[in-house]
Amino acid sequence: MDILKIKNLRKIYHTKKRELLAVDNFSFNLKKGDFVAIVGPSGCGKSTILSVLSDLEKPSSGIIEYDKKLKFGYMLQDDGLFEWRTIYKNCILGLEVQKKLENEKYVNKLLKTYGLLDFKDSYPSNLSGGMRQRVALIRTLATKPDILLLDEPFSALDSQTRLAVSDDVYKIIKKENKSAIMVTHDISEAISMADKVIVLSKRPSIIKKIYDIKLDNKKNPIENRKDKNFAYYYDLIWKDIDYHV
Amino acid sequence: MSNEHKEYLKKIKRKNIIIKSFQILIIIFIITIWQLAANKGLINTFISSSPKNIINTILKLYKDKLLFHHIGITFYEVLISFSLGTIFGITIASILWRYQLLYKIIDPYLTILNSMPKVSLGPIIIIIAGAGIKSIIIMALLISFIITIIDVHHYFKETEKNKIKLMKSFKATKRQIFIKLILPSNIKNLINVCKVNIGLTFIGVIMGEFLVSKSGIGYLIMYGSQIFNLNLVMTGIIILCIMASLMYYIIVILEKRINH
Ligand SMILES: Nc1ncnc2c1ncn2[C@@H]1O[C@H](COP(=O)(O)OP(=O)(O)O)[C@@H](O)[C@H]1O
Ligand SMILES: [Mg+2]
Repeated sequence: MDILKIKNLRKIYHTKKRELLAVDNFSFNLKKGDFVAIVGPSGCGKSTILSVLSDLEKPSSGIIEYDKKLKFGYMLQDDGLFEWRTIYKNCILGLEVQKKLENEKYVNKLLKTYGLLDFKDSYPSNLSGGMRQRVALIRTLATKPDILLLDEPFSALDSQTRLAVSDDVYKIIKKENKSAIMVTHDISEAISMADKVIVLSKRPSIIKKIYDIKLDNKKNPIENRKDKNFAYYYDLIWKDIDYHV
Repeated sequence: MSNEHKEYLKKIKRKNIIIKSFQILIIIFIITIWQLAANKGLINTFISSSPKNIINTILKLYKDKLLFHHIGITFYEVLISFSLGTIFGITIASILWRYQLLYKIIDPYLTILNSMPKVSLGPIIIIIAGAGIKSIIIMALLISFIITIIDVHHYFKETEKNKIKLMKSFKATKRQIFIKLILPSNIKNLINVCKVNIGLTFIGVIMGEFLVSKSGIGYLIMYGSQIFNLNLVMTGIIILCIMASLMYYIIVILEKRINH
């Protein structure tokens, strides 16, 4: 079932010096429970698509259709934890803003399930990068969003942590049964996590191709990288993206 | 704790003791030399005064029940102008953060007011507010007020964009963004503004007391110079040094409280 329909999305940024066409003719439907990755060269308009979906930017034209009861949860590249708040207080930030403190029980459950209960009263500076990212995810999940929008959620981490944390985040998202759209410029990350990979062109980004990722035995991101079809998709997508040295 | 670490801590402690000792030695050295030079007639105590004369002056002021009267007046003026300047400054900076258009409109005027020497307004202030404490407070307030607005507004504007984006993704109102993000993330900056303002307010108050006043440390210095009693002038300056450092330490202690 399609829970989100995007038709001919177009976004133009207006600045004093010029107008800039960031996204053009972007059409896509998201199925419930799907994990979709958007890849494309840096600056092509990936973040813009998420900003428009989460209502931080107005689209210039196009139609975005979804049940108004659906909620989006946004997760940014930088964990954006507030250093002056404890881990727990960080997790309930969204609940405070939306005056939904009745969800606090759910936050406690999430903290417990994902091994952060002991750090409830710690401050972000005492946590590792991976743990901070997990806190950021719990903060997003706390408001019970239906669709997660992840904007390069791991790019601030070093490469080993990155692999572990992406695996971690993937499992949490699947376990909590959320739909997700993840932006990344890391092709391996996209193939290993997503059911669908949307490849964008250089700016103004238009969709070059959409791949249904069919692995022989789909498991978690770390295992998926060993799948024999992994390299096949990697090769195709790598050629699609206009990387220039 | 390992022995090595204990040794390390000891080393730091020893270094601190050396630093503190030298700081104290320097002041004792200066006072001693000053007094010796005065005793031997190497310096003219009529102009440069001497530690002994200063202590005598302080004791005399104390006996005449004037010492704490003057200190109290100056302290009161500093406290009032500091509080008003800081509170109004931060409030207006917050309003300007909220209404950006307003900021853009008054920005050039703020810049002009900030670069203008505020003492030049003295005569006008005296005519409007009268030759009393009110004028002194207004003058001191003006000195810290404008720069507080400019600095605090700048700090507020510099708040991390990604955190603002995060708040917006939760559909936070401007008010929520301000209370939950802008203010708490700028506590350190606000304390620094307070530190600077204490100094600025002090300058303003003393300047004001030079221009119009019948009491306060600034008045004491002015009066001393008019009757050629340089002992009184030096005494005033020394008292100012002590008061300024005391107020600075109060802020530092507050800062430590907040950080813990
Ligand atoms: N608020 C904005 N105003 C003007 N231009 C913008 C704004 N946000 C992004 N852009 C421009 O739009 C283009 C796409 O940006 P973005 O969506 O962030 O790309 P990506 O996330 O793919 O790296 C870039 O050229 C960027 O400079
Ligand atoms: Mg981006």
